[in-house]
Amino acid sequence: MGFKRYVEIGRVALINYGKDYGKLVVIVDVVDQNRALVDSPDMVRSQINFKRLTLTDIKIEINRTPKKKTLIEAMEKADVKGKWENSSWGRKLIVKQRRAALTDFDRFKLMLAKIKRGGLIRQELAKLKKETAA
Amino acid sequence: MIEGLFVGLLIGSICVFSFLFVQYHQYQVVGRALPTESDGHPKIYRMKLWNTNEVRAKSKFWYFLRKLKKVKKSNGQILAINEIFEKNPTKINNYGIWLRYQSRTGYHNMYKEFRDTTLNGAVEQMYSEMASRHRVRSPCIQIIKTATIPAKLCKRESTKQFHNSKIKFPLVFKKVRPPTRKLKTTYKASRPNLFV
Repeated sequence: MGFKRYVEIGRVALINYGKDYGKLVVIVDVVDQNRALVDSPDMVRSQINFKRLTLTDIKIEINRTPKKKTLIEAMEKADVKGKWENSSWGRKLIVKQRRAALTDFDRFKLMLAKIKRGGLIRQELAKLKKETAA
Repeated sequence: MIEGLFVGLLIGSICVFSFLFVQYHQYQVVGRALPTESDGHPKIYRMKLWNTNEVRAKSKFWYFLRKLKKVKKSNGQILAINEIFEKNPTKINNYGIWLRYQSRTGYHNMYKEFRDTTLNGAVEQMYSEMASRHRVRSPCIQIIKTATIPAKLCKRESTKQFHNSKIKFPLVFKKVRPPTRKLKTTYKASRPNLFV
Protein backbone atom coordinates (compact mmCIF):
# COMPACT_ATOMS: atom_id res chain seq x y z
CA MET A 1 0.00 0.00 0.00
CA GLY A 2 1.05 3.62 0.23
CA PHE A 3 0.25 6.59 -1.87
CA LYS A 4 2.14 7.15 -5.09
CA ARG A 5 0.43 10.25 -6.47
CA TYR A 6 0.67 13.32 -4.29
CA VAL A 7 -0.82 16.76 -4.57
CA GLU A 8 2.30 18.85 -4.99
CA ILE A 9 3.44 21.83 -6.98
CA GLY A 10 4.03 20.59 -10.51
CA ARG A 11 1.70 17.61 -10.39
CA VAL A 12 -0.25 17.18 -13.61
CA ALA A 13 -3.92 16.39 -13.14
CA LEU A 14 -6.96 15.74 -15.29
CA ILE A 15 -10.16 17.69 -14.70
CA ASN A 16 -12.96 15.16 -14.37
CA TYR A 17 -16.03 17.35 -13.83
CA GLY A 18 -17.33 20.71 -14.89
CA LYS A 19 -16.79 23.13 -17.69
CA ASP A 20 -13.13 22.24 -18.30
CA TYR A 21 -13.77 18.50 -18.34
CA GLY A 22 -10.96 16.47 -19.89
CA LYS A 23 -8.26 19.13 -19.68
CA LEU A 24 -4.78 18.43 -18.42
CA VAL A 25 -3.70 21.04 -15.87
CA VAL A 26 -0.71 21.61 -13.63
CA ILE A 27 -1.13 22.23 -9.90
CA VAL A 28 0.66 25.51 -9.38
CA ASP A 29 -0.20 26.21 -5.74
CA VAL A 30 -2.44 24.94 -2.97
CA VAL A 31 -5.10 27.32 -1.63
CA ASP A 32 -6.23 25.15 1.24
CA GLN A 33 -7.28 21.63 2.09
CA ASN A 34 -9.88 21.45 -0.65
CA ARG A 35 -8.70 23.70 -3.43
CA ALA A 36 -5.70 24.13 -5.66
CA LEU A 37 -4.58 26.84 -8.00
CA VAL A 38 -4.21 25.23 -11.42
CA ASP A 39 -2.85 26.47 -14.67
CA SER A 40 -2.57 25.26 -18.22
CA PRO A 41 -1.15 26.84 -21.39
CA ASP A 42 -4.61 27.45 -22.82
CA MET A 43 -6.55 28.60 -19.77
CA VAL A 44 -6.53 31.43 -17.25
CA ARG A 45 -5.02 30.46 -13.89
CA SER A 46 -7.89 29.63 -11.55
CA GLN A 47 -8.75 27.73 -8.43
CA ILE A 48 -10.42 24.35 -8.56
CA ASN A 49 -11.63 21.87 -5.99
CA PHE A 50 -9.65 18.63 -5.60
CA LYS A 51 -12.89 16.72 -6.05
CA ARG A 52 -12.81 17.81 -9.67
CA LEU A 53 -9.26 16.61 -10.26
CA THR A 54 -7.77 13.20 -10.89
CA LEU A 55 -4.03 13.13 -10.30
CA THR A 56 -1.77 11.58 -12.92
CA ASP A 57 1.70 10.08 -12.64
CA ILE A 58 3.29 13.01 -14.43
CA LYS A 59 5.09 15.68 -12.42
CA ILE A 60 7.06 18.66 -13.70
CA GLU A 61 9.72 20.75 -12.03
CA ILE A 62 8.44 24.23 -11.25
CA ASN A 63 8.55 26.67 -8.39
CA ARG A 64 5.46 27.82 -6.58
CA THR A 65 3.24 29.96 -8.88
CA PRO A 66 5.52 30.37 -11.88
CA LYS A 67 5.00 32.87 -14.66
CA LYS A 68 2.99 31.58 -17.59
CA LYS A 69 6.04 31.57 -19.84
CA THR A 70 8.11 29.60 -17.31
CA LEU A 71 5.27 27.12 -16.91
CA ILE A 72 5.00 26.54 -20.65
CA GLU A 73 8.77 26.06 -20.91
CA ALA A 74 8.78 23.57 -18.04
CA MET A 75 5.92 21.65 -19.62
CA GLU A 76 7.80 21.47 -22.92
CA LYS A 77 10.98 20.34 -21.18
CA ALA A 78 9.19 17.56 -19.32
CA ASP A 79 7.25 16.69 -22.50
CA VAL A 80 3.97 16.43 -20.67
CA LYS A 81 1.95 16.11 -23.86
CA GLY A 82 4.17 13.33 -25.21
CA LYS A 83 4.22 11.40 -21.94
CA TRP A 84 0.46 11.70 -21.64
CA GLU A 85 -0.30 10.58 -25.18
CA ASN A 86 2.00 7.59 -24.82
CA SER A 87 0.65 6.49 -21.47
CA SER A 88 -2.06 3.82 -21.53
CA TRP A 89 -4.52 6.17 -19.80
CA GLY A 90 -3.89 8.92 -22.34
CA ARG A 91 -4.15 6.55 -25.28
CA LYS A 92 -7.47 5.20 -24.04
CA LEU A 93 -8.85 8.73 -23.81
CA ILE A 94 -7.72 9.53 -27.35
CA VAL A 95 -9.44 6.41 -28.66
CA LYS A 96 -12.61 7.41 -26.78
CA GLN A 97 -12.56 10.85 -28.35
CA ARG A 98 -12.02 9.39 -31.82
CA ARG A 99 -14.93 7.01 -31.38
CA ALA A 100 -17.21 9.80 -30.19
CA ALA A 101 -16.33 11.90 -33.25
CA LEU A 102 -17.20 9.23 -35.84
CA THR A 103 -19.74 10.10 -38.49
CA ASP A 104 -22.24 7.56 -39.81
CA PHE A 105 -20.06 6.98 -42.85
CA ASP A 106 -17.07 6.35 -40.58
CA ARG A 107 -19.09 3.84 -38.62
CA PHE A 108 -20.05 2.12 -41.87
CA LYS A 109 -16.40 1.90 -42.87
CA LEU A 110 -15.58 0.59 -39.40
CA MET A 111 -18.23 -2.11 -39.77
CA LEU A 112 -16.79 -3.24 -43.08
CA ALA A 113 -13.29 -3.29 -41.64
CA LYS A 114 -14.45 -5.37 -38.66
CA ILE A 115 -16.21 -7.86 -40.93
CA LYS A 116 -13.09 -8.16 -43.09
CA ARG A 117 -10.87 -8.68 -40.05
CA GLY A 118 -13.31 -11.28 -38.66
CA GLY A 119 -13.25 -13.08 -41.99
CA LEU A 120 -9.44 -13.24 -42.06
CA ILE A 121 -9.31 -14.54 -38.49
CA ARG A 122 -11.83 -17.26 -39.30
CA GLN A 123 -9.82 -18.30 -42.38
CA GLU A 124 -6.67 -18.69 -40.29
CA LEU A 125 -8.61 -20.58 -37.64
CA ALA A 126 -10.04 -22.95 -40.28
CA LYS A 127 -6.49 -23.57 -41.62
CA LEU A 128 -5.19 -24.35 -38.12
CA LYS A 129 -8.13 -26.70 -37.43
CA LYS A 130 -7.44 -28.58 -40.69
CA GLU A 131 -3.76 -28.96 -39.73
CA THR A 132 -4.51 -30.31 -36.27
CA ALA A 133 -7.26 -32.62 -37.63
CA ALA A 134 -4.97 -33.97 -40.33
CA MET B 1 -1.67 39.26 -26.99
CA ILE B 2 -1.86 41.41 -23.89
CA GLU B 3 -5.47 42.36 -24.49
CA GLY B 4 -6.27 38.73 -25.27
CA LEU B 5 -4.85 37.82 -21.86
CA PHE B 6 -6.88 40.60 -20.23
CA VAL B 7 -10.09 39.41 -21.84
CA GLY B 8 -9.19 35.86 -20.88
CA LEU B 9 -8.68 36.98 -17.27
CA LEU B 10 -12.11 38.63 -17.22
CA ILE B 11 -13.78 35.60 -18.70
CA GLY B 12 -11.81 33.40 -16.33
CA SER B 13 -12.91 35.27 -13.25
CA ILE B 14 -16.54 35.25 -14.34
CA CYS B 15 -16.37 31.51 -15.00
CA VAL B 16 -14.81 30.77 -11.61
CA PHE B 17 -17.57 32.62 -9.78
CA SER B 18 -20.40 31.10 -11.73
CA PHE B 19 -20.13 27.75 -9.91
CA LEU B 20 -20.58 29.26 -6.47
CA PHE B 21 -24.05 29.78 -5.05
CA VAL B 22 -24.28 32.97 -2.92
CA GLN B 23 -21.95 35.53 -4.39
CA TYR B 24 -20.76 38.28 -2.10
CA HIS B 25 -19.65 41.42 -3.91
CA GLN B 26 -17.69 44.30 -2.47
CA TYR B 27 -19.22 47.73 -2.97
CA GLN B 28 -18.08 51.24 -2.23
CA VAL B 29 -21.10 53.34 -1.18
CA VAL B 30 -20.86 57.10 -0.87
CA GLY B 31 -23.66 59.11 0.70
CA ARG B 32 -24.55 62.13 2.73
CA ALA B 33 -27.48 63.83 4.41
CA LEU B 34 -29.61 66.00 2.17
CA PRO B 35 -28.57 69.66 2.23
CA THR B 36 -30.82 71.86 4.41
CA GLU B 37 -31.02 75.58 5.12
CA SER B 38 -28.89 75.24 8.26
CA ASP B 39 -26.27 73.03 6.62
CA GLY B 40 -25.82 73.54 2.90
CA HIS B 41 -22.82 71.25 2.54
CA PRO B 42 -23.21 68.20 4.74
CA LYS B 43 -20.25 65.90 5.20
CA ILE B 44 -19.94 63.07 2.69
CA TYR B 45 -19.33 59.58 4.01
CA ARG B 46 -17.91 56.58 2.21
CA MET B 47 -18.21 52.95 3.20
CA LYS B 48 -16.94 49.68 1.85
CA LEU B 49 -19.48 46.91 2.24
CA TRP B 50 -20.03 43.30 1.27
CA ASN B 51 -23.38 42.12 0.08
CA THR B 52 -25.01 40.07 -2.62
CA ASN B 53 -26.34 42.95 -4.71
CA GLU B 54 -26.37 46.73 -4.95
CA VAL B 55 -29.83 47.20 -3.44
CA ARG B 56 -28.85 45.35 -0.30
CA ALA B 57 -25.55 47.21 -0.15
CA LYS B 58 -27.29 50.58 -0.19
CA SER B 59 -29.64 49.42 2.53
CA LYS B 60 -26.74 48.27 4.66
CA PHE B 61 -25.03 51.60 4.13
CA TRP B 62 -27.96 53.41 5.75
CA TYR B 63 -28.05 50.83 8.55
CA PHE B 64 -24.47 51.61 9.49
CA LEU B 65 -24.73 55.34 8.91
CA ARG B 66 -27.78 55.59 11.17
CA LYS B 67 -25.73 54.09 13.95
CA LEU B 68 -22.96 56.63 13.47
CA LYS B 69 -24.66 59.87 12.45
CA LYS B 70 -28.10 61.41 12.76
CA VAL B 71 -29.20 60.64 9.21
CA LYS B 72 -31.68 58.25 7.64
CA LYS B 73 -32.46 57.17 4.13
CA SER B 74 -35.42 59.54 4.04
CA ASN B 75 -33.28 62.62 4.72
CA GLY B 76 -30.15 61.45 2.94
CA GLN B 77 -28.95 60.61 -0.52
CA ILE B 78 -26.60 58.07 -2.00
CA LEU B 79 -24.11 59.79 -4.24
CA ALA B 80 -22.34 56.79 -5.71
CA ILE B 81 -22.20 53.03 -5.49
CA ASN B 82 -19.42 51.20 -7.28
CA GLU B 83 -18.44 47.58 -7.24
CA ILE B 84 -14.86 46.86 -6.25
CA PHE B 85 -13.22 43.98 -8.09
CA GLU B 86 -10.23 41.90 -7.17
CA LYS B 87 -7.07 43.18 -8.75
CA ASN B 88 -5.25 39.83 -9.00
CA PRO B 89 -7.58 36.85 -8.79
CA THR B 90 -4.75 34.50 -9.76
CA LYS B 91 -2.71 35.10 -6.61
CA ILE B 92 -3.41 33.31 -3.34
CA ASN B 93 -3.56 35.54 -0.26
CA ASN B 94 -4.10 35.07 3.43
CA TYR B 95 -7.02 37.24 4.47
CA GLY B 96 -7.65 38.29 8.05
CA ILE B 97 -11.20 39.35 8.84
CA TRP B 98 -12.18 41.15 12.03
CA LEU B 99 -15.86 40.88 12.73
CA ARG B 100 -18.48 41.68 15.32
CA TYR B 101 -21.34 39.24 15.62
CA GLN B 102 -24.44 38.73 17.69
CA SER B 103 -24.78 35.41 19.39
CA ARG B 104 -27.72 34.19 21.42
CA THR B 105 -26.28 35.79 24.54
CA GLY B 106 -24.66 39.02 23.34
CA TYR B 107 -22.23 40.68 20.99
CA HIS B 108 -18.69 39.39 20.47
CA ASN B 109 -15.66 40.32 18.43
CA MET B 110 -13.79 37.78 16.44
CA TYR B 111 -10.77 37.49 14.20
CA LYS B 112 -10.68 34.83 11.49
CA GLU B 113 -8.14 33.93 8.84
CA PHE B 114 -8.83 32.51 5.40
CA ARG B 115 -6.75 31.54 2.42
CA ASP B 116 -8.31 32.44 -0.92
CA THR B 117 -7.55 34.01 -4.25
CA THR B 118 -10.01 36.89 -3.82
CA LEU B 119 -11.24 38.95 -0.87
CA ASN B 120 -14.85 38.31 -1.84
CA GLY B 121 -14.17 34.59 -1.72
CA ALA B 122 -12.66 34.93 1.76
CA VAL B 123 -15.67 36.96 2.95
CA GLU B 124 -18.01 34.32 1.60
CA GLN B 125 -15.99 31.63 3.41
CA MET B 126 -16.30 33.68 6.57
CA TYR B 127 -20.09 33.91 6.33
CA SER B 128 -20.35 30.19 5.66
CA GLU B 129 -18.07 29.34 8.56
CA MET B 130 -19.87 31.61 11.02
CA ALA B 131 -23.17 30.07 10.01
CA SER B 132 -21.89 26.53 10.40
CA ARG B 133 -19.64 26.84 13.46
CA HIS B 134 -21.59 29.39 15.48
CA ARG B 135 -25.09 29.36 13.95
CA VAL B 136 -24.76 33.07 13.23
CA ARG B 137 -26.71 34.26 10.21
CA SER B 138 -25.46 36.96 7.89
CA PRO B 139 -27.64 39.85 9.16
CA CYS B 140 -26.06 39.39 12.61
CA ILE B 141 -22.49 39.79 11.35
CA GLN B 142 -20.70 43.12 10.92
CA ILE B 143 -17.33 43.17 9.21
CA ILE B 144 -15.09 45.58 11.06
CA LYS B 145 -11.95 45.24 9.01
CA THR B 146 -10.35 43.02 6.40
CA ALA B 147 -6.70 42.84 5.47
CA THR B 148 -4.27 40.78 3.44
CA ILE B 149 -1.88 39.26 5.92
CA PRO B 150 1.68 38.35 4.96
CA ALA B 151 2.55 34.77 5.81
CA LYS B 152 4.79 35.71 8.77
CA LEU B 153 1.97 37.42 10.64
CA CYS B 154 -0.69 34.76 10.33
CA LYS B 155 -2.01 33.55 13.65
CA ARG B 156 -4.05 30.45 12.87
CA GLU B 157 -2.40 27.06 12.46
CA SER B 158 -4.93 26.05 9.85
CA THR B 159 -3.70 28.76 7.47
CA LYS B 160 -0.05 28.48 8.50
CA GLN B 161 0.08 24.80 7.55
CA PHE B 162 -0.22 25.79 3.87
CA HIS B 163 2.75 28.15 4.03
CA ASN B 164 5.10 25.56 2.61
CA SER B 165 6.67 26.00 -0.79
CA LYS B 166 7.24 22.24 -1.03
CA ILE B 167 3.78 21.26 0.09
CA LYS B 168 2.93 17.64 -0.60
CA PHE B 169 0.04 15.48 0.50
CA PRO B 170 -1.93 12.60 -0.96
CA LEU B 171 -5.59 12.71 -1.78
CA VAL B 172 -6.93 10.03 0.47
CA PHE B 173 -10.37 9.46 -0.98
CA LYS B 174 -11.43 9.55 -4.62
CA LYS B 175 -14.87 10.95 -5.26
CA VAL B 176 -16.46 8.71 -7.91
CA ARG B 177 -19.05 10.55 -9.91
CA PRO B 178 -20.19 10.78 -13.54
CA PRO B 179 -18.79 13.77 -15.43
CA THR B 180 -22.22 15.32 -15.92
CA ARG B 181 -25.39 15.08 -13.88
CA LYS B 182 -27.19 13.76 -16.93
CA LEU B 183 -25.21 10.51 -16.71
CA LYS B 184 -26.21 9.94 -13.09
CA THR B 185 -28.02 6.60 -12.46
CA THR B 186 -29.57 5.22 -9.30
CA TYR B 187 -28.09 1.74 -9.65
CA LYS B 188 -24.55 0.80 -10.62
CA ALA B 189 -23.26 -2.55 -11.80
CA SER B 190 -20.25 -2.64 -9.48
CA ARG B 191 -19.01 -1.08 -6.27
CA PRO B 192 -16.77 1.94 -6.78
CA ASN B 193 -12.99 1.97 -6.39
CA LEU B 194 -12.15 4.77 -3.98
CA PHE B 195 -8.34 4.48 -3.99
CA VAL B 196 -6.81 7.86 -4.73
